[in-house]
Amino acid sequence: MKRLLFLISLYLWAGGVAAALDPARLKDLASDDFDVKQAAVATLAAAGDDTDAQRLLKALSEDAVAVAGERLVIVAGDQVLDAATGAAIKPAPANPESINLNNSLRQQVDGALAAVRLLSTDRAERLTAARALLADMGEGAPLLPLFDKALAQEQDREIKPILVQLAAQAALGSPDVARRLQAVRDLAGSGSPAVKALLLPLLDPANEPEEKLRLEAGTAIKAIDARLAWSDTAGQIFTGISLGSILLLAALGLAITYGVMGVINMAHGELLMVGAYSAYAMQALFRAKFPEFVDYYVLAAVPVAFFVAAAVGMLMERTVIRHLYGRPLETLLATWGLSLVLIQAARLLFGAQNVEVANPAWMSGGVQLAENLSLPWNRLVIVAFSGFVLLLVWLMMNKTRLGMFVRAVTQNRPMAGCVGVPTARIDTLAFGIGSGIAGLGGVALSQIANVGPDMGQGYIVDSFMVVVLGGVGQLAGAVWAALGLGIVTKFLEGWAGAVIAKILVLVFIIIFIQKRPQGLFALKGRFVD
Amino acid sequence: MRTPLTVKLFAGLGPRGWLAVAAIAFIAWVLVPVAHLMLPESHPLHVSTYAITLIGKILCYAVVAVAMDLIWGFGGILSLGHGLFFALGGYSFGMYLMRQIGREGSYQSDLPDFMVFLDWKELPWYWTGSDHFLWALFLAIAVPGVVAWIFGYFAFRSRIKGVYFSIITQAMTYAAMLFFFRNETGFGGNNGFTDFKRILGYSITAPETRLVLFGLSVALLLAVIILGKVLIASKFGKVLTAIRDSENRVMFIGYNPVHYKLFIWTLSAMLCGLAGALYVPQVGIINPSEMSVANSIEIAIWVAVGGRGTLVGPVLGAGIVNLSKTWFTTSFPEYWLFFLGLLFILVTLYLPQGVVGLWAKIKARRAEKAAIAASRAEVAAAPAPRAPAADSKIPNGTAAKGA
Repeated sequence: MKRLLFLISLYLWAGGVAAALDPARLKDLASDDFDVKQAAVATLAAAGDDTDAQRLLKALSEDAVAVAGERLVIVAGDQVLDAATGAAIKPAPANPESINLNNSLRQQVDGALAAVRLLSTDRAERLTAARALLADMGEGAPLLPLFDKALAQEQDREIKPILVQLAAQAALGSPDVARRLQAVRDLAGSGSPAVKALLLPLLDPANEPEEKLRLEAGTAIKAIDARLAWSDTAGQIFTGISLGSILLLAALGLAITYGVMGVINMAHGELLMVGAYSAYAMQALFRAKFPEFVDYYVLAAVPVAFFVAAAVGMLMERTVIRHLYGRPLETLLATWGLSLVLIQAARLLFGAQNVEVANPAWMSGGVQLAENLSLPWNRLVIVAFSGFVLLLVWLMMNKTRLGMFVRAVTQNRPMAGCVGVPTARIDTLAFGIGSGIAGLGGVALSQIANVGPDMGQGYIVDSFMVVVLGGVGQLAGAVWAALGLGIVTKFLEGWAGAVIAKILVLVFIIIFIQKRPQGLFALKGRFVD
Repeated sequence: MRTPLTVKLFAGLGPRGWLAVAAIAFIAWVLVPVAHLMLPESHPLHVSTYAITLIGKILCYAVVAVAMDLIWGFGGILSLGHGLFFALGGYSFGMYLMRQIGREGSYQSDLPDFMVFLDWKELPWYWTGSDHFLWALFLAIAVPGVVAWIFGYFAFRSRIKGVYFSIITQAMTYAAMLFFFRNETGFGGNNGFTDFKRILGYSITAPETRLVLFGLSVALLLAVIILGKVLIASKFGKVLTAIRDSENRVMFIGYNPVHYKLFIWTLSAMLCGLAGALYVPQVGIINPSEMSVANSIEIAIWVAVGGRGTLVGPVLGAGIVNLSKTWFTTSFPEYWLFFLGLLFILVTLYLPQGVVGLWAKIKARRAEKAAIAASRAEVAAAPAPRAPAADSKIPNGTAAKGA
C-alpha cells in the first residue's frame, strides 16, 4: 500500500514536468537517497521522447553522468556537456564527480532506454525493444505514458500485441481503477507464467482494494492457466516423441539383428557408443583440418559412423556370432563379452572420462511456439533424422534385392539357400546393416547425451524392451512401441518422477509380455519348436 | 516302496563324495581356524584375515553359482535376475545388521544413519522386526522366494522361455536397481548399508566372528551341493532335465512343466538370498550396484566357465573367475574387462561344457589312447589279430566325449 502511494505521488509529480528537463529537478539524480534518484529517473523515462532526455538516459546507462559543482554534466571523452541542454561547457569544469547507480536503478534506466526505442522508426529495433521489455521490464509504471504513446503510433501486427501486453503490465500499477481493470482484461489473453505471477498478488485484498478487479484477476488467471496447461501437454508430447525417436534409433538396428535375424546382441549399446565416438572423432578431425566447416561435422559423421559401426558389427558376426547361430543363450553371453571388450577398448583409446561433443551452431537454439513451449532444434533434427533412418530401413528391407534376401533367409533359411541365396553372406551383411543403424543412432545420441565408454549400457535394456514390446520381426511394431514408450514415459515422469516412471514402464512391459508374448504385432502363423 | 530320505541322502553322494565333504568340513572348521588363530603372521601356513574374507566371499558366490546352475544347467532357463535375489537376501539381512549398530552410528540415534540424514522420525513399516536375527534370516530367504515365485508364476504360466525370459529377468533386475537407488525407498539409496558393528552381539570384525561366518559359508555351500545332488538324482530332477531338453515333449506326455520350473526357480532364488545374507556381514557393505545388469550376467559366466549341468563346475567357475578378478584388478586393472570379455567369448565358443567338460574330454581322450595302445599291445602279443575288441573301445570314447 505504501509502495502504491509512493508510485501515485511519483506519477503526479512526473506528470507535471514531462514537458522539459528542469535543471533543478535533474539534480535529484545526484542525490544520496536512492528513492529520490529513482523518482528522477522515472521523470526522465516519462519524458522519453525528448531528445535531451534520451541523451541523458543513454549517458546514465554508460555511467557518463557526473556532478560538477552545482551542475549535472555528461562527460563525453574530453568534452563536458550540460546535462539538461547538451551544450558543451567551456571551459570544462575540473574534477566532475560521477554519480553511481544501484542495480534496480540501472534496470530502470535500461527499461526506459528500451521503451524509448519503441518509438524508433526502424521496425526491427522496435520489435527487439518490445521483446526485451517483455522479458524484463523492471518497474513498469513510470514507462506507461511511453507505452501509451508507442501504442497510439504502432501499426505493425507483430509488435502491437506485445505493446498491448506491456502497457497492460505497466498499467497494473496505475492509480486509475478503470485503467487497472482494462489492464487485467488485456493480460487475460496472455499465456505466460510471468504474467500469471504478476496477476497472482492481485487476488489478495491487501494488494488490490477493488473487489471487481480481484474477481477479474481470478478469471484472467484461470484463462492463463488453461493456456499454460495446453502448452504443457504439447510440450510433454513433444519430449515424448523426442524420447521415442531416440529409442527408435537405438532399437531399429536391434529390430533387424534381433527381430529379423534372431541374434541376441548384447553389444548393441556398444555399437551406439561406436557411432557416438565416430561423431567425436569427426568433430576433432574437422576442428583440426577444416575449421571453417566445423558446423557440418555432423553431416560427415553420419556416413562415417554407419560404416565404422557396420564394420565392427560384421567383424563380430564373422568371428563370434556366426558360430553360435541357433544357440541364443550362448549368443547372449558371447555378445556380452564383446560389449565388455568394446567398452574397455573405448576406455583405452579415448580415456575413461566422457568426451565433449558440441552441437553445431545450426542445431542450437529452438523454435518458440508459446511462452513456455520451445522446441530445441537438436531434438527436432533428431526426430526428423529418425524418420529418415526409418524410411531408409524400410526401403532397404522392402525394395532392394538385399532386403528381399534378408527376408527370405529369415522365413526359411534352407529353402533360401536352395534357390541360390548366399545365406552366410546375407547374415553378415544384414548384421552389418543393423550395426550401422546403431552407429547412426549413436551420432544422434552424441548430440543430446553424454558420450562415454559405458554410454551404451543404459540403452540396452530400453532397446530390447522396444523390440520385445513391438513384436519380433516387425519394423512397424518397433516404431509404435518406441513412440508409445517415449510418450508414456514422459507423461509418467511428469506425474511420478523419473525413476518411478521408468520402473512403472518396465513393470508394464513385463505384464504386457505375459499377456501377449508375441508383442504388439505378432507374426501370423504357428510355430512349435 | 519309497526309499527313506536318509538312504537317498547317503546314496546321493556315495562314499567318496561323503569323504570329500568330511575333508572339506575338517579343513574349514579345524585347519583354517588353527592356521589363522594359532600360527604367527610370519608363518608360511598362516591364513590372513584378507584371505579368509576373500574366500568367504567367493564361497557365497559359489552358492549363487550352484543355485544358478540348478535353474540354467538343469532347467535350461538362463536367469539374468539372480543378482537381484542375492541382493534382496543381502538387504534383508543388512537391515538386521543396521539395527545392531544401535546408537553407535555417527548421529547416535536409534534409527540408521541414513534415515537421520533424511530427517525420518521413525522406521518405515517394512523395517518392523528387523532387529530380530531369526526374522531377518527368514526374510533373507522369504523375500527373494516370494518375488521369484510371483514373477515365475506369471512368466512360466504364459510359457515365456529362452531369451525372452532372460531379457525380462534383466528388465526386472534393472527396475529393482533403480528402485533401490532412490533414497525414499528406505534402504540407504546409493550408499546402501555399511559400517556394520555387530552380529548377534559379537563384533563383526573379530577374527572369531569371521571364522564362524567363513565356516558357515563352507557349510552352506556343501549343503547346497548335497541338496542339488539329491534333487538331480530324484524323479523331479529327471523331469527337469527332460523339460530342459524338450519342453513340448514333456508336456505331450502329460507333465505340467510350470510346477517343475516354478519350484526350481523359487528354490534357486531362496538359495541366492541365503548366500546374500552370508555375504553381507563378511564383505561389510551392500548397495544397489549388486543388482546391476552386469553382475547378474557375470553369475552366468561363472557357471559357464565351470561347466553347466554339473554341481562341482559352478563352484570351480566362481572360484576361477573371482580369483582372477582379484588378481587382475590389483595387478592390471585396465585389462580385467578384456579378460572377462574374452572369457565370455572363448568359453561359449570353445568350452561349452566348461572346465569340467574339458577335464572329462582330456580324460576320455587319455582313456581312448590307452585303449588303443592296449589293443595294439594285444595285437603285437597275440599272433591272431582281434580287431573287434579295439573297435568296441572307440564308441566308449566318443560317448564319453559327447557327454
